Amino acid sequence: MSEPILEMRGLVKHYPLTRGILFKKQIGAVKAVDGVDLDLLPGETLGIVGESGCGKSTLAKMMVHLERPTAGVLRYKGEDITQLSGRALKRVRRNIQMVFQDPYTSLNPRMTVGDIIGEPFDIHPEVAPKGDRRRRVRELLDVVGLNPEYINRYPHQFSGGQRQRIGIARGLALRPEIIVADEPVSALDVSVQAQVINLLAALQRELGLSLVFISHDLSIVRHISDRVGVMYLGRVVELGRDEEIYDHPTHPYTQALLSAVPVPDPLAREHRERILLGGDVPSPAHIPSGCRFRTRCWKARERCALEVPLLAVPAEFRLAEGPAKHPSACHFAEEKRVVPTAGPSD
Amino acid sequence: MLLEVRDLHVEFRTREGTARAVNGVDYAVEEGRTLAVLGESGSGKSVTAQAVMGILDTPPGRITGGQILFQGEDLLKLKEEQRRRIRGAGMAMIFQDALSSLNPVLNVGDQLGEMFTVHRGLSRKAARARAVELMERVGIPGAEERVRQYPHQFSGGMRQRIMIAMALALEPALIIADEPTTALDVTVQAQVMELLAGLQRELNMGLILITHDLGVVADVADRIAVMYAGRIVETAPVHDIYRAPAHPYTRGLLESIPRLDQKGRELYAIKGLPPNLTRIPPGCAFNPRCPIAQDICRTDEPPLYEVAPGRRSACHFWRETLGREKPGEKPRGKPGGEPGGGPGATSEEKADE
Repeated sequence: MSEPILEMRGLVKHYPLTRGILFKKQIGAVKAVDGVDLDLLPGETLGIVGESGCGKSTLAKMMVHLERPTAGVLRYKGEDITQLSGRALKRVRRNIQMVFQDPYTSLNPRMTVGDIIGEPFDIHPEVAPKGDRRRRVRELLDVVGLNPEYINRYPHQFSGGQRQRIGIARGLALRPEIIVADEPVSALDVSVQAQVINLLAALQRELGLSLVFISHDLSIVRHISDRVGVMYLGRVVELGRDEEIYDHPTHPYTQALLSAVPVPDPLAREHRERILLGGDVPSPAHIPSGCRFRTRCWKARERCALEVPLLAVPAEFRLAEGPAKHPSACHFAEEKRVVPTAGPSD
Repeated sequence: MLLEVRDLHVEFRTREGTARAVNGVDYAVEEGRTLAVLGESGSGKSVTAQAVMGILDTPPGRITGGQILFQGEDLLKLKEEQRRRIRGAGMAMIFQDALSSLNPVLNVGDQLGEMFTVHRGLSRKAARARAVELMERVGIPGAEERVRQYPHQFSGGMRQRIMIAMALALEPALIIADEPTTALDVTVQAQVMELLAGLQRELNMGLILITHDLGVVADVADRIAVMYAGRIVETAPVHDIYRAPAHPYTRGLLESIPRLDQKGRELYAIKGLPPNLTRIPPGCAFNPRCPIAQDICRTDEPPLYEVAPGRRSACHFWRETLGREKPGEKPRGKPGGEPGGGPGATSEEKADE
């Protein structure tokens, strides 16, 4: 196995909760990300799924150094970059770029498309010499499937899907090795989503990018990812290749999440077992003791309140080879198939 | 028939000209049945529902033709006062965004109770008791205490339950739910959909479910109507449409969503964008994006052909669409050259001009 291009070790991000105006006193913390270990391998697509508030966007921001971790280590090609700043940080950042969720607010409405996509070159002039920039921007527009003649237009002249392509072109401008895409298609209509997903997948393949794809949509994540991490309340609870997670999940949260996704096939209605979780996700300011999922878990026992389950291959699956052998943070992990087998549609 | 919409037309005056949001929509809902209205943004699915509820903003909106028959009576002929009595008691609506549909400065007990004090003339105390009952019915734990709380003190899923409680308060015959679970997380979405479907069965209500999510439709609907550019392009029992769609747009939608149960290859992408409603293309509105469009599609607007009893499709080539073995095979983007399925730039350009 090749060396990871990005390593996350014990990443933590806590936002302090304070009381008082003049004399601020910390009374607690929102534990947005609370201990994440992940590796991103060169040329792979790593999907991260989770519901709102699970910390997936905060994790993304830490990966691109938009947020500094409260604790933990972030390594890029083996080099600790957690505390980098100034010139050293700039050099690393060039290689780790982000695509944002909302194509309506992440583009400056007063800048032309050419200026938006070309702006990274102002910060990193070594990538494209001044005289060459317009040509590079045109090239980038072409790569993302937009007409290069649009270089002088403004964002409002484009549709949502086209704007997301502009955002992707900007992300690609510096020829990064890593792209972190945070919910890149959730603001788009169904028929346009597919266009943007195909574009990202093709670019990843052709440019050999390492792609982190973050989404709440389990179907989209399966479609695009080689490996998938499932997050709950600031932690990764299960991690594996796509068929390991989708066809052989062992963590109860993953199982509940998968069983809740509506499948666009009315025949599946009768054949499906729905695991309906009780209640809501607890607040990240008051995380339950032990296993953080236990307050909604139907399997929870005393041990779950006392002992934090670690993300590792559970003992019962450690010996035998098979798709159930993948990391799962549950004391009582067991395999359960919840997604109906693919129908005879093909 | 509980509700019948006949040849409904709605226009909006905008600065760019007249936007034809709804262009001759027909649909019907029976008691105890669920009709799903499926469409993307701008398809006219919400505007139609607003016209049925009588909450269309006029101006800029204007109903320019058609009938809305509710229990046999044409709602468009009624006075506003009469319509108001039907709203709430006869039909009720659930909106996508519960937080902005609830009054933030009234506690939920007062908001739920208002249904009974206004429509049923109950005292405040009796109304509050009914509010607690309703909250229990939609599965809000600790209703007795929580009835005094304000909307912001509830989670998204609980707020949507309050919206459902409010819609159910007067036991209407028809519920219109406009994207009721879109703003919710998957696990909560499943809870809320299950609740809504259960109550609908129990009270034998008609339900119009407006959504863009093909998964939600497959889970709960009996019939489906697919809308595009203000028209219904296909309508059928839900099983048929998933097994064999009879309109290229429906087929494209089904093909363009990734599946949970299998890892796909490249997704089929419908090229281009939905049309601007002030400039709907002549002929079939879908023709600029359609993989099988012929000359006739650019000139003649297709009627809703009867495909089978209870099934209709507004496509001149519905036979070919139904019969095609593998959908969406034609307009794949050439690998590498233009990722994103098709010459996105050129077709989107047209739609944008």
